[in-house]
Amino acid sequence: MDNKGQMLSIKELADMLNVSQKTIRRHINSGKIKSVKLGGVHRISREEVSTILEGEEIIEDQIINSGPAQEFPFPSKVPSGELKNKWSNHKGTINLVSPANKRNIDVIVVGTGLAGASASATLAELGYNVKAFCFQDSPRRAHSIAAQGGINASKNYQGDGDSDYRLFYDTIKGGDYRSREGNVYRLAEVSANIIDQCVAQGVPFARDYGGLLDNRSFGGVLVSRTFYAKGQTGQQLLLGAYSALNRQINRGKVEMFSRHEMMDLVIKDGKARGIISRNLINGKIERHGAHAVVIASGGYGNVFYLSTNAMGSNVTANWKVHKKGAFFANPCFTQIHPTCIPVSGDHQSKLTLMSESLRNDGRIWVPKIKEDAEKIRKKEIKPTEIAEENRDYYLERRYPAFGNLVPRDVASRAAKERCDAGYGVNKTGQAVYLDFAAAIERYGEEKAVSSGQDKNNRELVKKLGKEIIKAKYGNLFQMYEKIVDENPYETPMQIFPAVHYTMGGIWVDYNLMTTIPGCFAIGEANFSDHGANRLGASALMQGLADGYFVLPYTVGDYLANDIKTGKINTDTKEFDEAELSVKAFIKKIMSNKSGKSVDYYHRKLGKIMWEKCGMSRNAKDLKTAIKEIRKLRHDFYAGVFVPGSADNYNEELVKAGRVSDFLELGELFAIDALERNESCGGHFREEYQTPEGEALRNDEEFTFVSCWEHMGKDNRPKLNKEELKFDSVELKSRSYK
Amino acid sequence: MELLLKIWRQANGQKKGSMVNYEVKNIEPDMSFLEMLDILNQGLIETGEEPVAFDHDCREGICGMCSLVINGSPHGPDRGTTTCQLHMRRFKSGDTIYIEPFRGTAFPVVKDLVVDRSAFDRIQQSGGYVSINTSGNTVDANAAPIPKPDADEAFNAAACIGCGACVAACKNSSAMLFVGAKVSQYSRLPQGKVEAKERVINMVKQMDKEGFGNCTNTGACEAHCPKGISLENILNLNREYLKAKIIK
Amino acid sequence: MQSSIVKKVLMALSGIFLMIFLLQHLSINLTSLIPDNGKTFNTISHFMGYNPLVQFVLQPILIFGVFFHFIMGLVLEYENRAARKQKYVYSNTRSSWISRNMIITGLVILSFLMLHFYDFWVPEIQYKYIDHGIHNSSKYFHELQEKFHGQTLRTILYCVSFILLGLHLNHGLSSSAQSVGAVKKENGRIRLLANIYSISITSGFIIVALYHYFV
Repeated sequence: MDNKGQMLSIKELADMLNVSQKTIRRHINSGKIKSVKLGGVHRISREEVSTILEGEEIIEDQIINSGPAQEFPFPSKVPSGELKNKWSNHKGTINLVSPANKRNIDVIVVGTGLAGASASATLAELGYNVKAFCFQDSPRRAHSIAAQGGINASKNYQGDGDSDYRLFYDTIKGGDYRSREGNVYRLAEVSANIIDQCVAQGVPFARDYGGLLDNRSFGGVLVSRTFYAKGQTGQQLLLGAYSALNRQINRGKVEMFSRHEMMDLVIKDGKARGIISRNLINGKIERHGAHAVVIASGGYGNVFYLSTNAMGSNVTANWKVHKKGAFFANPCFTQIHPTCIPVSGDHQSKLTLMSESLRNDGRIWVPKIKEDAEKIRKKEIKPTEIAEENRDYYLERRYPAFGNLVPRDVASRAAKERCDAGYGVNKTGQAVYLDFAAAIERYGEEKAVSSGQDKNNRELVKKLGKEIIKAKYGNLFQMYEKIVDENPYETPMQIFPAVHYTMGGIWVDYNLMTTIPGCFAIGEANFSDHGANRLGASALMQGLADGYFVLPYTVGDYLANDIKTGKINTDTKEFDEAELSVKAFIKKIMSNKSGKSVDYYHRKLGKIMWEKCGMSRNAKDLKTAIKEIRKLRHDFYAGVFVPGSADNYNEELVKAGRVSDFLELGELFAIDALERNESCGGHFREEYQTPEGEALRNDEEFTFVSCWEHMGKDNRPKLNKEELKFDSVELKSRSYK
Repeated sequence: MELLLKIWRQANGQKKGSMVNYEVKNIEPDMSFLEMLDILNQGLIETGEEPVAFDHDCREGICGMCSLVINGSPHGPDRGTTTCQLHMRRFKSGDTIYIEPFRGTAFPVVKDLVVDRSAFDRIQQSGGYVSINTSGNTVDANAAPIPKPDADEAFNAAACIGCGACVAACKNSSAMLFVGAKVSQYSRLPQGKVEAKERVINMVKQMDKEGFGNCTNTGACEAHCPKGISLENILNLNREYLKAKIIK
Repeated sequence: MQSSIVKKVLMALSGIFLMIFLLQHLSINLTSLIPDNGKTFNTISHFMGYNPLVQFVLQPILIFGVFFHFIMGLVLEYENRAARKQKYVYSNTRSSWISRNMIITGLVILSFLMLHFYDFWVPEIQYKYIDHGIHNSSKYFHELQEKFHGQTLRTILYCVSFILLGLHLNHGLSSSAQSVGAVKKENGRIRLLANIYSISITSGFIIVALYHYFV
């Protein structure tokens, strides 16, 4: 490293600490920061930077004080009237665009998962000209495809008392009362139509022997409302949406841009008017104009490096629109999924989920006696050797009503609690058992009785039981065996929680529009309907609801005022500026001629996030995390090496862009978590818990959506609060006991 | 463990490619094959070289993005496994591993091991759908019961992940298994029957146009398919096609 | 003819036609093993040689079928090679050698056919249509014996060709069943039928050749 790299300018230090240069100067003047003058300008040495980073005080006053509640600057636009009539009234009264005018309106959709593909298809079908973008080689590869368990709908086919209201209520309650009533009810209302739609498209859902649709049960609810296609529901639904998209591509109504990354949003006269994209094959920077831009690029779980998201899942599109003015809501609301395959070593690049549906039949336990757990970790005994009375089925013990089917956040924390207490079972002590032995016996006996065979023949019962488990979860068991090299039919699975889904995201109003007029966000990308915790099988429901049934209507309300605009000209100074800034960024990120790989920094970020902003959080750790992330971000620009060129296929360059956004998002994440002084859903603050260790909400002070406003590069983000009002449900402490 | 890798390197679609040797060390049996390549790439970046480009995304065997022909087999030596789910415990220290892209004229190389499989998308666009409007109301999902065996068969065909291993495995680079699976999924369901004729004719036409070879029933596609898509689907495709051609 | 499926169906249908012909051919040849000094064999051969339906309708169809199957095979081979211009450096696919190398077994059969035509068909045509030889219903058995008795090289060539023919037929039969959409190639019954058929054809012809070599 040259000398320049050792010394920081005031601007660099300000960037790194995310404060204004003025603040730095103030501290230099007061002597709190020691600087040297080189050629008349202040320079701060690396050692000094470390000292600053370790010191509590300077950083302390960077952390935002929310101050007194202010009027939220954007209306949520939730229609008035009775809860169950809101959506139909709204649909009946919002502005529409006539078919003739739709032909003259262009819409850009970024992302082709369930939300993006379904929205693109439907918008095109309505008559809009759609340009759809995805970074994968085909729209069919979006990560919605990996969703396993199922999709909820209040069809009440099982006759078990399900209804729109019950689905609404379960979702609000599961989300720990941090979501918007109107949106959630609408979601429940359209859920049944999704199933009709998908069946009509030829999605092969599981059926019973009568030929009717089958259901299974998921966590946090007491009815069976989950439709599924083996363990590949997400795949089948996505292929359904993809087929609808293909139909429109074939009609020429959708232009598809695969292997394209959205690099920036272009705003003209306060409205979203297009994007800058990069062709990942030849590196060409392209301009695309449109009357509206829809962000459907999913969640940001990969800020943790290790997550169940795909390797390419990223926050870039969301983050770019945030930096252009869209509020980012509840960034710290992350779902940690309880049933993932535990980490096996430092080389790990990604975590694999085992569907929640396994909790229908699997029982979760750890040894009751610590010595047994230790022996298991040393591989001195096998789990099957531990007697029934020495097993602690801790979910069944703590939550008798819901047992193994408590919501994800509760199950995850309970697993962490046991592992932290020393009862974990794999070599790292970070795993619990998910055991199917009882289910195999139960099913085997049923089958033996129903087929007239001897139910006392243990071997036969076991064999029959295994066959039934195989029919239900075969692909999951096979996947587990491939990764772990153990046979889950014979020995219990090892599982541990992992980052899975982000409830937070771009803030949107009832029409799914962000705070930037003409810019919409749908699916996991928006802060959505799941509050502080999402129930299983609800992500697919929300993605498709937004894409098929909500956005195509609500987008018209905005576009109705845009029918006279005409084709968007991309030859304007706004596009020039956006393109220049993208090119400048690429140049900057490729300027180092040697150094560490992008992954090196991404792993470091992930470690900070997991350890300090993960399953349980506290103020001290969060503050440290903020400092560490700032430092890491600085180190990243100084030290990252991107080989190859920018005008060719270059995965490292793509990753560098994404990680640079994660490094900014990570900080906002920690700030948000620090700011929310309560525990709710997936956000668990150690300071706020009941004596039994359950999450302690603070409805008095925190019944709001934290909406973060980007205030420019050198400034602190501003917290805006959208108060949440509950008219139809009573705020209660969640109890699954 | 230590391995010798022979990897196809090609700067882009226009340049010529060749096999290049690399050595990797400290590989653990619990690593996945792609994590082994990650380690190779980290090493290459540290020495200032360009990493080996390969397609991958979900790394849990469902998105269909990963590819690679490993020691002559698409998705490697294990049956019913995608490359991303292949683990290094399958190899021994000292092994030599050949890694090549999926090859086929219809799958041109983008860079190194990355190929362009958009031909599959175009085949789907030519008819792999049910022409039903997505925004309108339709009949209740349970209005028409579908016999479980039909639903299961349709599902089995629909489990195709579109990775292209069938093309890579076929000595003729034929895409019949992929097209067959899609056609079969719809032909088994009442929703798909309405447009069955146009669908099969258009999809086969597009398949031929993309430059895939002809099926000679070697069965390699089925044997290398990571999702176990059955050759039955090709049989059904032939049947559907002939039906569409003969019964006007 | 543009469609790959039509091409493979035609390939299968011409193959099935040739397979039926082979069955017929073998049945006639087997009659040469009947210990009646070639009487039955001569009678049938004479009938086949002079019946106008066989000579002027079936024979041209057969020749067309052979040519069609052969030319289509080459066309498919050419197209299939073009579908993968850059070959694998290392290939190891899970398919049988026979199924992958129909073109090789096919070309061997083609060369054999040339020899076979030179041996039997050319002299016959020469005799009948150029030299205008008289009807002689007792010459066929002797001609057959002449060609094989003590003729080691020819017998070996014939037998090797019959083995390759058997391999070709074995894949060909089950493959055709699949191509015409009748039954899956790996179906147990069709595999059995293919095995019985190909082994019968190969062993049948070999027995005839060896019989006349030794006897």
